[in-house]
Amino acid sequence: MLLENRRCVRPLGSDQVNTGPRAPRCLMLDPERRRADPGREEQEVGRAGPREVDGNYCLTCGSDKTLKLWNPLRGTLLRTYSGHGYEVLDAAGSFDNSSLCSGGGDKAVVLWDVASGQVIRKFRGHAGVSTVQFNEEATVILSGSIDSSIRCWDCRSRKPEPVQKLDEARDGVSSLKVSDHEILAGSVDGRVRRYDLRVGQLFSDYVGSPITCICFSRDGQCTLVSSLDSTLRLLDKDTGELLGEYTGHKNQEYKLDCCLSERDTHVVSCSEDGKVFFWDLVEGSQALALPVGPGVVQSLAFHPTEPCLLTAMGGSIHCWREESYEAEGGTG
Amino acid sequence: MAALDSDGEEDLVSYGTGLDPLEEGERPKKPVPLQEQTVRDEKGRYKRFHGAFSGGFSAGYFNTVGSKEGWTPSAFISSRQNRADKSVLGPEDFMDEEDLSEFGIAPKAIVTTDDFASKTKDRIREKARQLAAATAPIPGATLLDDLIAPAKLSVGFELLRKMGWKEGQGVGPRVKRKPRQQKSDPGVRIYGCALPPGHSEGSEDEDDDYLPENATFAPKDVIPVDFTPKDNVHGLAYKGLDPHRALFGVSGDHFNLFSAGSERASHLFGEAGLSKGRKLGISGQAFGVGALEEEDDDIYATETLSKYDTVLKDEEPGDGLYGWTAPKQYKSQKESERDLQYIGKIVDGFSLSSKSLSSKKIYPPPELPRDYRPVHYFRPELSATPENSRLLQVLSESSGKAVCNPGTQSRHQLNAAKRGDLLGETPIQGSPTSVLEFLSQKDKERIKEMKQATDLKVAQLKARGLAQNAPSGRPQSSSSDGGHCSWHATPSDRTASARASNFKPFAKDPEKQKRYEAFLANMKQGRHDALERCLDPGMTEWERGREREEFARASLLYVSSHSTLSSRFTHAKDEDDSEQVEVPRDQENDISDKQSAVKMKKFGKLTRDTFEWHPDKLLCKRFNVPDPYPDSTLVGLPRVKRDKYSVFNFLTLPETASSPATPTSSRKIQQHQDLNKSRKPSRWDTSNQEKREESSSEFLSVAGSAVGTPKQEPSPLVNQEEEPVPEPLSEQKMVNKGADLQTEGEASRPSMDLFKAIFASSSDENSSSSEDEQGDSEDEQPGAGEADLTHSSETDLATTSSMTLASEPAPRAPAPSFPIQKMHFDEREEFGPRLPPVFCPNARQELEVPQKEKPKKNKDKHKLKKEHRRKKEKKKKHRKHKHKGKQKTPKAEKSSSSESTGSSDSLSDDEGAAAMSPEELLRRLKRLPLKRQ
Repeated sequence: MLLENRRCVRPLGSDQVNTGPRAPRCLMLDPERRRADPGREEQEVGRAGPREVDGNYCLTCGSDKTLKLWNPLRGTLLRTYSGHGYEVLDAAGSFDNSSLCSGGGDKAVVLWDVASGQVIRKFRGHAGVSTVQFNEEATVILSGSIDSSIRCWDCRSRKPEPVQKLDEARDGVSSLKVSDHEILAGSVDGRVRRYDLRVGQLFSDYVGSPITCICFSRDGQCTLVSSLDSTLRLLDKDTGELLGEYTGHKNQEYKLDCCLSERDTHVVSCSEDGKVFFWDLVEGSQALALPVGPGVVQSLAFHPTEPCLLTAMGGSIHCWREESYEAEGGTG
Repeated sequence: MAALDSDGEEDLVSYGTGLDPLEEGERPKKPVPLQEQTVRDEKGRYKRFHGAFSGGFSAGYFNTVGSKEGWTPSAFISSRQNRADKSVLGPEDFMDEEDLSEFGIAPKAIVTTDDFASKTKDRIREKARQLAAATAPIPGATLLDDLIAPAKLSVGFELLRKMGWKEGQGVGPRVKRKPRQQKSDPGVRIYGCALPPGHSEGSEDEDDDYLPENATFAPKDVIPVDFTPKDNVHGLAYKGLDPHRALFGVSGDHFNLFSAGSERASHLFGEAGLSKGRKLGISGQAFGVGALEEEDDDIYATETLSKYDTVLKDEEPGDGLYGWTAPKQYKSQKESERDLQYIGKIVDGFSLSSKSLSSKKIYPPPELPRDYRPVHYFRPELSATPENSRLLQVLSESSGKAVCNPGTQSRHQLNAAKRGDLLGETPIQGSPTSVLEFLSQKDKERIKEMKQATDLKVAQLKARGLAQNAPSGRPQSSSSDGGHCSWHATPSDRTASARASNFKPFAKDPEKQKRYEAFLANMKQGRHDALERCLDPGMTEWERGREREEFARASLLYVSSHSTLSSRFTHAKDEDDSEQVEVPRDQENDISDKQSAVKMKKFGKLTRDTFEWHPDKLLCKRFNVPDPYPDSTLVGLPRVKRDKYSVFNFLTLPETASSPATPTSSRKIQQHQDLNKSRKPSRWDTSNQEKREESSSEFLSVAGSAVGTPKQEPSPLVNQEEEPVPEPLSEQKMVNKGADLQTEGEASRPSMDLFKAIFASSSDENSSSSEDEQGDSEDEQPGAGEADLTHSSETDLATTSSMTLASEPAPRAPAPSFPIQKMHFDEREEFGPRLPPVFCPNARQELEVPQKEKPKKNKDKHKLKKEHRRKKEKKKKHRKHKHKGKQKTPKAEKSSSSESTGSSDSLSDDEGAAAMSPEELLRRLKRLPLKRQ
């Protein structure tokens, strides 16, 4: 199916990385766990479920300064959240789908109320927000910025200042993920930094090339790092050792997304040649190159529990399912 | 007004409302003066009649805003909540209720507009309009308008009606004259304006025969002039085909009316009889004959010229003025004679003007003198100087003018009195021309004396100044005049004396200086003769003059420079004591190492840096995680204070990454442990300890404990050790200690002698060692020769630095990957000149990335190497190199008397090396060639 979508250009924070066309990124909500990874980036896809707000949702954001909530399975627009002053570079949903956060070129991190569509809070201080995340309980918004800092904003208090500012990065923070006790940040300076709150330590893994996207594996033991040398690396979270390397796609300019499949069996990544690449996680062999279109596949998200993939290219979002899937319609 | 009180006067008619009866004895009220008559609106506010009566714009409160107190904003309504459902604001949202009322700019009530109101009743205007419409190509275009007739009459109509006016009549007193008989030439009357319909129609037919004597008639209605602009190219009085005639094909004299029922057309044209039985229908040229038409004879009516005027004439004798109300009688009488004189034909409606055109007066040009030659030449201009005065005189004589005194004679320099003199007037007595004349004779004399005196003085000074100027060539600014003024002015400056005390311009000549000071003192007292007084009477006049000048200048100079300078500078508010910068204690510096590691895909320990990191307490709370450092107040990475300006910011030692790095992390932890265990105040000791245990396995086991321990028990020793030894991986563990330790580190700093010895010797060593080692260093892995900088001891640093500078050429550029931060921390003030600040060592290192790689690691490696050397294990040439370095270092240490711990340190080094596991070494060795790639 095709959703209207907007391109968004998202600078990575340094001149090493071209800003490039960027479509909404997709993310799957895990309806079972109800917390897990909240909707990532612009897209948030969840299975229709009995829960209040979650269902088949997909959140897109882009250069039209708005966030849009879709039902990706039907392709219907559910709501538009406007209030940003510039393009929206990233958005995320809370675990209970009750609130959204987003950040973009207007240097503000915005906390939204999903139902009413109103802005709950705006946090200012960044110089251009490139990535935002909720923590597990949606009490803290973490935002990474091109000013090479990560700021932790408290959603509960009314303080305008961030709770903490993590400014260890030497260049823009391009990607950010949060687990229950860790903050994983990929930066353009080529390092993956993992702040472990439990241990009180910062682990910095050098990858060498500007990092475009990072994510935890679903078991929480590994981190998947994609960088501008057209390589995905699977690193052991604890030791930093390289568990696997995945190449074949093209990622040299833009900030493209990568993720793991719903059961950690495959590594999925966007590519600048208009395809989505699948690799076998263990063997590292390329399993599939899914042609999406002529442009750059800018963002993607995998359903947390089902083999369902959302990809964003240019101005449209595609929802991919296996052929046997008989619902509203297979691949879009 | 009628009095209603009397019953008897019943036949009195009263109009209007009576005034209240006056009370007894009450004085009649004064009428309210005009300026106090006010009108208020429904809210009791004064109404203003700006512009039109109703349309005036009354903004806010009395044309202010809001309320009596000023503008009171309506309650602020945040749009934030409503943003989701946008509402579109219209102009009404910004209007007052007055604007919406009857006379506002957007009245809500339904009102007939001007287009409809009173149109039908306004006959005059209507007539004009219809006239125009009738002559329009399609007559009766306004018919539809007339069907829609508003019931409303304007006030004017009603008033007129009440006064007896009837529609169709003119306004004015009734007249007795017999209504003029209309000419019954329809052709002509078309062009003229019709008589007022009612009048013409009614009166003409009936009054033709019978005119009662006493009958008066309403004046003729006036047809307004049609002021529509002429937008065609027709002649002045041209009228085209009469559409009525054309349309209806009237045979000769009469129009067919558009319709029998429409009287307006007939009214309009004053058509009396609509005799022909023509019915409704369109006939005439080009239309053919309608079905309803009886006649078909005139289908194609031919236009004949006979229908047109061929002569301009008075079309309507009675009223040719087309509404102009100028008395015609009067005009015509006067004109008659002149009209006769005028030969040409006078266009009707025009008359000869009473005034003859005044012709322009032409003035003849002035008469030229007979001998005038139209050539001008310029007389040479001569300035009046003694030399050419003669010439001038001649010239002036030649030009026939009396020569006046050139300097003073210009007429602008004469005042009234002088001019009067010249003219031979007797001066006016009563009016003194100057204030001076009021002065008494005595005063005048006094003034004169004073003036002379000052003049004299000035002259003197000038002379002296001239005399001095030539030889001394001093700046013109301090000319004698300036000096004169200056030392009059300076006395006012009270601060001068204070300054003078420490400013001794004539210190060489004590006598003179004394005199100068006396002069200053005098000046301070405000004495004007200060200069003269203090001068040595024994000197010659010339000397005195010169000295006077000098003094004046000196005082002036000094004061001015001082004051001007002081006015531009202010004292610094706060001393620049913030020479220390907060820098994160540990930094991920050594990118080069890691790059190579990445190339080899040796992810893991090599690419990983671990730091101690303190999350904010609140963040922990929000994450539902216990605070890992419940006792610390730190947030983020531990920070250290470093000198902003330190030699060591620049003195970066080239460190080769040659020697395989031990897993630094493990080492660090070990260090920590060691340090914690032994709190000895010697750096050497600590370094030894560091090197002791270096197996990675140990590291792992230790790691957990290391995190906690160091921070809690910071010791001076620890500090020293940590700072000098920035080890890439393990450092981070120590982070917690950093802040606390700094202060202690300073206390244990070695004496100045030590530093001196080190730096003094270093240069020598450089020269000597460089030659020997050059060969070696190239063979060796790059940077292998680096001494153990990691030890906090300055001696080591010095030696290493010297070595590196001289001996280390090569791949690892002698770049400053040195553990600068830590070093200069210790060294803070000892090393002479401060160098420009290096704020962020980290940044610098990154810049230098290509050259220096992994400084920390290098250091570590160096340590290892040292150890190796000491053990005399078989190693490569680089070992030699190191060895030399080592040897030197002990020397340096010995030379420094104060450093007692040196020997022990070296010993400890050995021990540390011994502790290294062979596997480690092997591993590193293997890695070396790779790195070179």
